Amino acid sequence: MLAPGAEIPHFCAQCHDHPCLESCPTQAISVSNDTGAILVDKERCTACGNCIDACPGRIPHIHPTENYSLICDLCRGDPQCVKVCKEGGWNALWIAPAPESYSYRLYAKKPEELTKELLINLFGEKGLELI
Amino acid sequence: MRGYAGKFLEIDLSTQSSRETHFPDDILRTYLGGRGLGVKILWDRLGRRWSSIDPLGPDNLLLFLTGPLTGYFPGGRTCITGKSPQSNGAVGSTVAGEFGIELKCAGYDGIIFSGVSDRPVYVLVFDDQVIFKDAQHIWGMCGQETLRAITSESRKIVQGLKPSLGELIEPSTLYIGPAGERKIRIAAVMAKWSHAAGYGGYGAVMGSKNLKAVVAKGTGPLPDTANMPSALTLIERICKACYKNDKFRRWGTGYLGYEVGAQTSSEPVRNWQEEWHDERSFGVDRFEQRVWIKRYWGDFGCPTTCLKLASPKAGQYKGAITDNPDYEIQAYQGTNLGIFTPEGNVYLSSLVDDLGICGIQGGNVMGFAAELFQRGILTSEDIGFDLRWGDVDAFAALSKKIAYREGIGDILAEGTYRAAEKISEMKGVDVLKYAVQSKGIGIGAHGIRSKLDYPIDISYACSTQGGDHTSVALLPVDAGNSELTLALHDSGVYCWFNMFETPDPLLWELLQAVTGWDITREEWYNSSSRKIITIQRVLLLLGGPDVAWSPDVHDENPPRFYEPLPTGPKSGMKVDRDAFLKTKKEYYETLGWDEKGIPKPETLAKLGLGELAQAIKSLK
Repeated sequence: MLAPGAEIPHFCAQCHDHPCLESCPTQAISVSNDTGAILVDKERCTACGNCIDACPGRIPHIHPTENYSLICDLCRGDPQCVKVCKEGGWNALWIAPAPESYSYRLYAKKPEELTKELLINLFGEKGLELI
Repeated sequence: MRGYAGKFLEIDLSTQSSRETHFPDDILRTYLGGRGLGVKILWDRLGRRWSSIDPLGPDNLLLFLTGPLTGYFPGGRTCITGKSPQSNGAVGSTVAGEFGIELKCAGYDGIIFSGVSDRPVYVLVFDDQVIFKDAQHIWGMCGQETLRAITSESRKIVQGLKPSLGELIEPSTLYIGPAGERKIRIAAVMAKWSHAAGYGGYGAVMGSKNLKAVVAKGTGPLPDTANMPSALTLIERICKACYKNDKFRRWGTGYLGYEVGAQTSSEPVRNWQEEWHDERSFGVDRFEQRVWIKRYWGDFGCPTTCLKLASPKAGQYKGAITDNPDYEIQAYQGTNLGIFTPEGNVYLSSLVDDLGICGIQGGNVMGFAAELFQRGILTSEDIGFDLRWGDVDAFAALSKKIAYREGIGDILAEGTYRAAEKISEMKGVDVLKYAVQSKGIGIGAHGIRSKLDYPIDISYACSTQGGDHTSVALLPVDAGNSELTLALHDSGVYCWFNMFETPDPLLWELLQAVTGWDITREEWYNSSSRKIITIQRVLLLLGGPDVAWSPDVHDENPPRFYEPLPTGPKSGMKVDRDAFLKTKKEYYETLGWDEKGIPKPETLAKLGLGELAQAIKSLK
């Protein structure tokens, strides 16, 4: 939490050009044929952290106890986060088709940027002071 | 005659009188309305002395027309036409909003203005009453102010005339800003705050007639259709198809400001010196999160709601408010001027809208001026300040200069082509090669060099509406984006965007259900649309009195398109001139025109346009 009250879910934007894939020195990252999600091979991953730096949204993170990188694999096409959000009645998350569009990769953003934009959106220039 | 109100209003501004007029069924069946009918009326009334008519003089006509599908097909528009002060041909320029629907509800299919008023007026059409109102106190006002004043005044008048109405939705207004009043050739006819009929420059024609605004309010229902149950089902199916257009619904065309640059390399950057950029600062996510204040907003009956409201919430441009710039305005009031921030773009966009300048033509001519400054041809003494790429305040100052015809603005107000000729004369350097325009009309923000966008190499050179990106020449001629198809949308007068996901047969079925005429696709592409395009082509070539287009010289891409792209994944690509000439010949042949693009006598005979023969003789 970077600013009180500005809580933002932070998800993989499913970039079509996959910067994480290219950054991996051990070819542990692959793209699923079925869902288009990013899959990490636990055995090959050395937890070097290159994918974290390459990701425009800083989405991947290292597993807290084991030595490999975690990236959203869309739960094999049935994302559980969407399910709980719907069950909770918030409907903030939904499954959207992914058309071929450069615009979607723009939504891969670091949490700091997201918070800043939300605060400006809510409070105008005063929002900058809150960070 | 179903789908039509059945009568047109003819207003003579010189005598402030009005009368009704009618057109026979066969003409309406062929030309439908809007652009098609407008072109036909212009040819019938002005065709024989076309080249001697000054577009900004008292003889020109100004037509506000609806079509049979206005109000039925989701997304109503109004078509504005006349002799264009930009191309000196006839351009069918459409603007979104409820004006067309209000007019049809008032019982008219269109208004034909002639003559010139001796003092500023505005005209209110309320059902069958036509009221001329003095506009002295509104003259000189900017857009938002004008709209506020006219809306409250005309609301009072309408309520006075029919008190039983009670509270009512405001009348629909088409108006001009200070730019139109000063007859600048890149002035637009505006609706609401920021809808504009820009191509053609009809704001200047309105200004030349001292007509500040036209207001319409109708209390009647829309005209009867031939088969209402079928029409209703079809409208529902079209709406459902439109809902599929995710990107447009979520972002409007605003997502293209980044995508057309990064993905297809066809966005004007710094007066088309480049067509590629990968500026994430100009991404639609920034617009969405930083400047949008309203998400889904559409005009009457529109399922796509591509309109968003935008207003910078922080920084020096805080408070500027406009519709979220659509792609064209993002490109022309943004990247084309080297501006890559949403706030700067929204500010400039709101400013040109308020002044009544066409965003596309204004951005085109300002980009042109900035390139001349970059090359040292125009200096800061000429302009009054430095005009560097990306300097929002400088471009804001320049757009004010243009709208009020001050200093260099007086020259730039004439549009890119005429300004280039004047500056060439003034400076003794040929600057026409930096003007990215076709036949006096600045080219829409879809480049042809990367070959990834929808226009092709002949699109602008052979279009009857010059650089208009909503009327591009394409092969095959019945393609979804080609000029013949767009003539249908502009003649039926509804929104092209709602056709993107709509299957083609639905449109023809709706046209038949509304009008009761069995108009088919074949009939349109083989006869009606060719008639419209052929008349437009002849009127364009007749031109005059200040410019005349020669097919050999002017059926040509701007020189910039023959230069290779300097940056991006498609760098090095350019238009191949030999291939261009070949496609051009093929296109003219398909339409039954000779190698110069002049319609052949046998084509005219086949289309039943024998009366054009005389005009064609004078072209040869």
